[in-house]
Amino acid sequence: MTTLSEKDKNIVKTFWAKVAGREEQIGCDAVSRMLTVYPQTKTYFSHWKDLSPGSDPVRKHGGIVMAAVTDAVSKTDDLTGALLSLSELHAFTLRVDPANFKVLSHNLLVVLSTTFSNDFTPEVHVAIDKFLTAVALALSEKYR
Amino acid sequence: MVAWTDFERVTIKDIFSKIDYEVVGPAAISRCLIVYPWTQRYFAGFGNLYNAAAIKSNPKVAAHGKVIMEGLEKAVKNMDNIKATFTELSTLHSEKLQVDPDNFMLLGDCLAIVVAAQLGKDFTPEVHAAFQKFLAVVVSSLRRQYY
Repeated sequence: MTTLSEKDKNIVKTFWAKVAGREEQIGCDAVSRMLTVYPQTKTYFSHWKDLSPGSDPVRKHGGIVMAAVTDAVSKTDDLTGALLSLSELHAFTLRVDPANFKVLSHNLLVVLSTTFSNDFTPEVHVAIDKFLTAVALALSEKYR
Repeated sequence: MVAWTDFERVTIKDIFSKIDYEVVGPAAISRCLIVYPWTQRYFAGFGNLYNAAAIKSNPKVAAHGKVIMEGLEKAVKNMDNIKATFTELSTLHSEKLQVDPDNFMLLGDCLAIVVAAQLGKDFTPEVHAAFQKFLAVVVSSLRRQYY
């Protein structure tokens, strides 16, 4: 869609300061929800022993995903560059259908809403949604 | 015919008994108009939608939020036949309002986010899943009469 405005980037960075220290819990919750609410996403994790909400592999993966998203928050001026190797990984090795990026994004937004309710205003929501869409786009760069 | 588990039935009725329609409805529709601004195309007659503050304080938006919740309540009361319950509403959205049905889930997702904020920890992944399934059935029923 559109590029992120300076206002969007500032809103995202300001809000993300609240996330500090809770990345693993939030990431764990988001991945747990994704697997529960959108079971088709489980097909990518058939190699895990335990796909239940909050399980060890889920928690670990949530942490990895959130670390990458947090890193992207600090690199909003060049998301394509920042996510280059992750894009190659998702495109050539993991081969995740990019439609699923939106699914995980939605679940992350829901977790932010349950965790930060009043602070997750519509204004913050739209900025973060735009940011996650831009991240998803950068992740899709190397697909074709 | 949708197969609802006992957990899903109880959960949906529980969610709708806990949430305040007057808060959740307006919050969901205003969030949708703010986060997905192209949805404003369907509300030209609502007056001032120029910015988030205007949308949040617009009385027509708030009133419509309540209308939407009342519509959803009909589905909650008729979970075994949401398709038939929404035949007229589907025709209305298709023929009179001419809403692109892809927009229905945008409102649905905003509703999930607002309910999530209301219920906090109680909006567990399992409760969340039941709610999204309910929303998917509602959206599918609303799409049915389009041609």
